[in-house]
Amino acid sequence: MIAARPVGAPGYGLVVSDALVQARGLRKSFGAVEAVRGIDVDVAPGEVFGFLGPNGAGKSSTMRMIACVSPRTGGTLSVLGMDPGADGPRIRARIGVVPQLDNLDAELSVRENLEIYGRYFGLPRRHVREKATELLEFAQLTERAGDTVEELSGGMKRRLTIARSLVNDPELLLLDEPTTGLDPQARHLLWDRLYRLKREGVTQIVTTHYMDEAEQLCDRLVVMDGGVIAAEGSPAELISRYSTREVLELRFDPERRPGAAALERHADRVEELPDRFLLYTADGERTQGDVVGAGFVPLSSLVRRSSLEDVFLRLTGRTLVD
Amino acid sequence: MAVPTVAAPSTGFAPTALGGVGRVVEHHWRWYRRNWRATAVSSILQPLLFLLAFGVGFGALVGSGPNAAAATGGVPYLVWLAPALLAMSAAQSAAFESTYPILSGFKWQRIYVAMASGPLTGAQIGLGVLSWTGLKMLGSGIVYVLVIAVFGGVAGPGIVVSLAAAVLTGLAVASLITAFAATVENEGNAFSALFRFVVIPMTLFSGTFFPVDRLPEWVRPVVWVSPLWHGTEIARGAALGTWTLVPTLGHLAVLLVLLAVGGVLVARLFTRRLAA
Repeated sequence: MIAARPVGAPGYGLVVSDALVQARGLRKSFGAVEAVRGIDVDVAPGEVFGFLGPNGAGKSSTMRMIACVSPRTGGTLSVLGMDPGADGPRIRARIGVVPQLDNLDAELSVRENLEIYGRYFGLPRRHVREKATELLEFAQLTERAGDTVEELSGGMKRRLTIARSLVNDPELLLLDEPTTGLDPQARHLLWDRLYRLKREGVTQIVTTHYMDEAEQLCDRLVVMDGGVIAAEGSPAELISRYSTREVLELRFDPERRPGAAALERHADRVEELPDRFLLYTADGERTQGDVVGAGFVPLSSLVRRSSLEDVFLRLTGRTLVD
Repeated sequence: MAVPTVAAPSTGFAPTALGGVGRVVEHHWRWYRRNWRATAVSSILQPLLFLLAFGVGFGALVGSGPNAAAATGGVPYLVWLAPALLAMSAAQSAAFESTYPILSGFKWQRIYVAMASGPLTGAQIGLGVLSWTGLKMLGSGIVYVLVIAVFGGVAGPGIVVSLAAAVLTGLAVASLITAFAATVENEGNAFSALFRFVVIPMTLFSGTFFPVDRLPEWVRPVVWVSPLWHGTEIARGAALGTWTLVPTLGHLAVLLVLLAVGGVLVARLFTRRLAA
């Protein structure tokens, strides 16, 4: 649906090595509160880039600066090679935005929402009619085209919001917490749509506080905490750099809970959470055997692969979703 | 693995300053095409009720004695009242259109937020909303004039100028209240205070139902700041042919200045609110 050309194809104007988004020392303050405290970011064409972090980490503030709706307090920022402070409307004309809160016109039909939004981008009526048909198909909303938005489910509204953000064939798509509040089935359908866009070459920037979402979608991500970048890399790189291959999770009867120190000699590292211990180890099954062999009696135990959640815990000492 | 691809340049571009305002009007027009029936009923019912109650009912009480004739300049009360009602209705609907619907655009439905995430600017959005309010007032004003005509309240073709004056009055009121609404964060008491202490007094004491020279001397300066009084003077003067050049130009100038100030405020405050 989105015209795509191989990199380097004849007539291709964009210099591919140039970053679509480049930030240096980017800062944002709201009065005395510093939401973003000097971050450096480069997003390359075609990649899916993530901001992972808990609520209040500064992800959405960063996103709003990149979306050219929130002026930066300090540092430099370029989006599509332009300065958001000077060229806001020209940049916004070429990007797509999926906001955290849906802001569809609930009293218009599904199709009308797409068409009227396309008109903001200076597109001719005929063009937006055809584009709307194509996007309805993409969002699996063709059957609901004539319904008002009020009648849609949460997942459908989200799909419509994503479809709407594509009405101008954006070169860069910004998704702020795209699946928050959706059920698992609706999330997977959305991820599938985003994956298709990636294959069509649409650069995406995603903020999320779900580690599985970040792992599913992102080629590269930064972990944000307290307005700064704590780490950067691909999901696999971050996991191998900051965690072990596997994690053994142990729960104990509160009466017979051992101290963390007692478990430490069985693993590379132990994290104590309110309800359980996390033992970081290359081989979870083996560690489990060692622990039981040493006389510990957990109520339950679980071996799993390390995830970005563990990376986050290691970097910040806190869990991502409380 | 497929050849890595990069999306082609976007098809979107930023509309011109005026084009952006037009797109916002177009959005509201789309909404209207879906919902015009409800609006149409109220825009016929409202003049019908006012003309029945005040023009016919209250008008019979006023009668045509020497006292009434001195106040109305000798024309029937209905004819004297009708152009002023036209202006009052525009000012009232301007006040309604510029309060809760504006807050909704920022806060509940957030359609202004959606518009601002595309290439439209805060100023284009604010002025587009204001333009739409003006167009809607023009539409319901035409209906109002037709209903007045049915009741026999039209003295002559001057009523067309009255209509223009009514729309200008409504726009001046709408611009100021829209600017105010852009600063309101939640429903709280702001709007009910506005209606209680500004809109209703303005409706009652702008010379719609009785000439303002019947008011005590000390109240009159309050009347002079009312945009509705200035609009009513033009609307009535044009309908009855009693206007004189210099005062009319004065009233027109006041309304235009209010509209200009309101328009600038709308552009600034929409921009500020949408870029936090």
